[in-house]
Amino acid sequence: MTIHQLSIFVENQQGTLLKVLDILKEAGIQLVATTIADTQEYGIYRVICSEPTRAYIILKEAGINVALTDVLALELDNQPGRAADAIRVISAAGVSIKYMYTFLLGGKGVMIFRADPCDKAKEAIILNKLKFIAEEDLSKLL
Amino acid sequence: MIKFPVPDDSCEYFDKEHETMTREQIEALQVERLRETVARCMKNPIYKKRLEEAGVTPESISSVADIRRIPFTTKSDLRDNYPFGLSCVPLRDCVRLHSSSGTTGNPTVILHTQNDLDEWANQVARNLWMVGLRPDDVFQNSSGYGMFTGGLGFQYGAERLGMLTVPAAAGNSLRQIKFMRDFGTTALHAVPSYVTRLYEVMQEQGVDPRKDTKLKVLAIGAEPHSEEQRQRIQNMLGVKAYNSFGMSEMCGPGVGFECKEQNGLHFWEDYYIVEIVDPETLEPVPDGEIGELVLTSIKREAMPLLRYRTRDLTRVLGRTCPCGRNHVRIDRMKGRSDDMMVLRGVNIFPIQIEKILMNFKELASNYLITLTTDQDNDNMTVEVELEELFTDDYGRLESLRKEVTRQLKDEILLTPIVKLVPKGSLPVSEGKAVRVVDKRKVYQ
Ligand SMILES: [Zn+2]
Repeated sequence: MTIHQLSIFVENQQGTLLKVLDILKEAGIQLVATTIADTQEYGIYRVICSEPTRAYIILKEAGINVALTDVLALELDNQPGRAADAIRVISAAGVSIKYMYTFLLGGKGVMIFRADPCDKAKEAIILNKLKFIAEEDLSKLL
Repeated sequence: MIKFPVPDDSCEYFDKEHETMTREQIEALQVERLRETVARCMKNPIYKKRLEEAGVTPESISSVADIRRIPFTTKSDLRDNYPFGLSCVPLRDCVRLHSSSGTTGNPTVILHTQNDLDEWANQVARNLWMVGLRPDDVFQNSSGYGMFTGGLGFQYGAERLGMLTVPAAAGNSLRQIKFMRDFGTTALHAVPSYVTRLYEVMQEQGVDPRKDTKLKVLAIGAEPHSEEQRQRIQNMLGVKAYNSFGMSEMCGPGVGFECKEQNGLHFWEDYYIVEIVDPETLEPVPDGEIGELVLTSIKREAMPLLRYRTRDLTRVLGRTCPCGRNHVRIDRMKGRSDDMMVLRGVNIFPIQIEKILMNFKELASNYLITLTTDQDNDNMTVEVELEELFTDDYGRLESLRKEVTRQLKDEILLTPIVKLVPKGSLPVSEGKAVRVVDKRKVYQ
């Protein structure tokens, strides 16, 4: 139900993202979706990619501050209102969403989010028959 | 007791006899007083052993240059012999002590006899008289009191001169300004950053120091500042600001002070022997070259210090002056031969910062301290590398940053700006680590 996301600590400074991206490029890692917020000094660059565990090891060996984070991933029909539907049932279960981002992959909408508490979110997903994406599913979509 | 009468207001000198001595007279007096001091130090077992090992006796001193045969004294000697190990008189003869905070280990203690305090007051009075202050003046001392010698040192000196003295102490700017206006303060002593602060508050309150106060003289010291900063302070308040040098080990303020020429500080050579040495070789450097200031107090009873390494870097500007005083003129401090930082009058060592950062397992060992000046306020930024990205949560990173800031503040008494930076982003130290970048230009 969860997939691996890379969380990379970067400085709000020219060239810092490039350093990370070059390492991933060198290793032949394919990016699926990435996000970073506009902050004052530092940021957490969040990355969904192919072979996240290998990418994590490579980045760590290169001395980058990186964490492998488990995030929830849902597949949504590419239609208006689907994201709202999903969030409605999750919120109704008393779960708060720490952060979220969506993208299109193979004609399907993908919603990535970190939930607190995570167990309750999983429960809500199962009970409401939301379609979740596992690590293997994601690589199939690539 | 060494209280001589306060001279007429028209006299240029507070202690004409000593202030206007020729170089020959100064040096003859120094030899005499150095002999007395060595004899006094022989009463202390630690000094006695050192002097005997170096083969120094009072009789063997025949010129000022003979001082080079005497071993140096350092701050560690004071710490290692804390509190009273270096005293040269019985404790019953001492009437006061001043202690400096123990930033990196034991604090240090300096003892004073009544004569020491009287001489100290005379020194400070001499300085204040030199810049034109007279018994009609009102002297406000906005310096910290208590163990910090800038408080009582200036207090007794200003009283000795005969001024009405306002022991305002540091802080509470609104009250300081009220005192200045109500009591007709004509002279103010404070650390330079506090003078700037006072001016800011005056502006907020719509007080024009030129019109609304009677200020005519500022004494600034206890924290390094550039000529540029001095000029700015003078322009703000519309009065002359004179640089003061002191250190508790030598007594406190009063060791050196600028005359009206504002061209170097006269260090009083009837009280101290001044040497400038190469901090590596410890050999004397020629006049004009920068080296470490080494001071020997030659008129103190309780705790004279022989060839004390101040760690301050400076140089000799000259030994004559249009003001008629032939006491050596020393440039403003140019830096430190150790890694001590002076920020808003507080002495801070990088090791204090390091000690706190090491407590956090989330942080790596690489850090960088940057000192900057923002409108005359000194700021410290501490950048530290993150060891592991232990969270994906901005909130938890922010909590870490706040906790580091809080613990640093408890240690150094100032609130630094703490920045978390990625591992590997700070300059890697080659050999001696560059931990401090001082962008304040205070030593220019
Ligand atoms: Zn002069």
